[in-house]
Amino acid sequence: MTAETTLEPVANPRASFFRRLPVVSHFNKSVGLQRFMLVVGLVLTGIFLLTALAAPLLAPYGFAQLSDADGNFPTQQAPGGKHLLGTTVGGYDVLSRVIWGTQTALLVIIVAVILSIFAGVILGLVSGYIGGWLDRILVVVADAIYAFPSLLVAIVMAIVISGGQSSLLGGILAAAISITVVFIPQYFRVIRAETIRLKAEPFVESAKVVGASNIRIMTRHIYRNATRTLPLIFTLNASESILTLAGLGFLGFGIEPSSAAEWGFDLNKALADTTSGIWWTGLFPGLAIVWTVLGLTLVGESINDLNDPRLRGRKRISRKAPAASAGPGTETELSNP
Amino acid sequence: MTSLIDAPPSDADALLPTKKKAAGGGLAQYILVRFLLIFPTILILVTLVFFLMRITGDPITAAMGGRLPPEQLQERIHTAGYDRPLLLQYFEYLGQLVTGNFGTTLSDNRKVTEMLTTYGSATLELAINAIIVALVVGIPLGMIAAHRRDHLPDAVLRILAILFYATPVFFAGMLLKLVFSVWLGWLPVAGRAGTRTELSLTALEAPTGIYWLDALRSGNMAALSDVMSHAVLPALALGLLTAGVFLRLVRTNVIGTLGKDYIEAGRSRGVSEYRLVTKHAYKPALIPIITVMGLQIAVLLGGAVLTETTFEWKGLGFQLANYLTARDFVAVQGIVVLLAVIVAVTNFIVDIIAALIDPRVRY
Repeated sequence: MTAETTLEPVANPRASFFRRLPVVSHFNKSVGLQRFMLVVGLVLTGIFLLTALAAPLLAPYGFAQLSDADGNFPTQQAPGGKHLLGTTVGGYDVLSRVIWGTQTALLVIIVAVILSIFAGVILGLVSGYIGGWLDRILVVVADAIYAFPSLLVAIVMAIVISGGQSSLLGGILAAAISITVVFIPQYFRVIRAETIRLKAEPFVESAKVVGASNIRIMTRHIYRNATRTLPLIFTLNASESILTLAGLGFLGFGIEPSSAAEWGFDLNKALADTTSGIWWTGLFPGLAIVWTVLGLTLVGESINDLNDPRLRGRKRISRKAPAASAGPGTETELSNP
Repeated sequence: MTSLIDAPPSDADALLPTKKKAAGGGLAQYILVRFLLIFPTILILVTLVFFLMRITGDPITAAMGGRLPPEQLQERIHTAGYDRPLLLQYFEYLGQLVTGNFGTTLSDNRKVTEMLTTYGSATLELAINAIIVALVVGIPLGMIAAHRRDHLPDAVLRILAILFYATPVFFAGMLLKLVFSVWLGWLPVAGRAGTRTELSLTALEAPTGIYWLDALRSGNMAALSDVMSHAVLPALALGLLTAGVFLRLVRTNVIGTLGKDYIEAGRSRGVSEYRLVTKHAYKPALIPIITVMGLQIAVLLGGAVLTETTFEWKGLGFQLANYLTARDFVAVQGIVVLLAVIVAVTNFIVDIIAALIDPRVRY
């Protein structure tokens, strides 16, 4: 509980700034399968991000486009020809909606994670630092929300915010806020626990003695130290927010098809098609969800494993060590990781 | 563990004497304190849901708005008492809940309690099936992954676990349906049973509502196989999601215990590797797994809502989606409250089991 837990040697302090960046330092620490998983995750996530940014260039049609110069799009057309991935029952182009969907997903992730970090960190800091009855109430409420099925919390919030469906901005905000409410307890718990631990540290005491205000201690001294674990929760939550958004959309609490493309909503509409053997309307939006969640989860999991010494893969030196020729090489490698 | 640290001051006081007493007396007190903690949890969730749902307006306007002329709407709101002060309604609602009266649904005019019991058993059946799938798939695979750590089986299994997690249940369900029902035609597309089976099962006296149990009791083998064939795909879709979580959990914890000294001691005595993994290392790894299982119940219930919608499995989740579309917030509130009770009670049971297995948990 003392200095050794706060001063975890995450990266070599002498290494360059670039090598100490979260993902880069993890990459350098990883070996074998772990490095492979991290790289696959980064590639999947990278492609997702690029698609979202370049959606206007990549998508052959608009997400709500139903016709072009040659007339109306056919409905439920099989993949091929003008529509590479076919068209939906409503006559939308599947490929275009999958591509535009990346933008919706990215926007929701960004808004949801930023909002929940803000709210969760502030509540956690205040609750942990001030303590007393405020702390107790917040903890009980956060625990109750945390224990509850997150999808249901999101549904209740979606009803409150928009009463169901809405425009692009309203829909994205509604989805993001619903997801935020689910996530706040997680950030709150982590930050609060860290704050309580840090509050007893000598450097906080000395700051008090010097006469620093409570606000200053919270924002300067504790905040900096308490937020170390956030990148990990961030990646895991980003993938969970995609799943929650898709779940909301699947239950009909999504964004209307005319205001934005949303994968969960498209899957809901595709459900009836499945029974008649029409696979392309559901398969591609579903694969897009799996792709994105897989990428983000692989990155998050790898970072998690690399932070945990029990799970971190070990560099294989034991087999080479007995051989005299390999000895010096492995030793230098070890001393300068 | 966290619930102990976070408990209100009264619980800390109540727990204090147990530290001095022998372990036998502590357990009863611990169970009592944990039991009493169920109620504030439920109360908070009920309160949150009640006030959040009411911010948007009264349930009658939400359900009927636009379909009734304004005067009639006003009249119905008045008779239902929704125009009174919110706090008054809140305390009245709490009073009703205590006596087991959840109100009447607006869209199909049924007693909420009756609706809950009818559809609750279907959700329970789905949840049980899914947990069986999750345990049967997740735990052995997790042990294999831990035993063959950093080798090919481990790599494949870990990626499989992440893939299970990354696939939304409704997409997994849709794929299963497409392959096994539509293309191969092996299994039925949707529902809990064929019409004839359903009729014969509801005709039983004192049905449990859990179809395979009813079919088994009545000894009707045709009905049993029909029920089973309907249950396979939903159970797989929901169970595999949870299996991924179990797999990862078992793997991490067994790896942790495999590194302990007593495992090395066992190995030097000549205990077989199989026995080391399945007995020596696995049992101590169980405790965190049980704790997480409690949290998984919440995930499972959330997943059940989506699975039921995918497979038209007429349970609470399927009804919830219907009531949401109908904007029937009295029914929605009833379902949410019931699920809150289930979650709170499961967490209580899980805490007790964890305390029984490991005495250290209590302190």
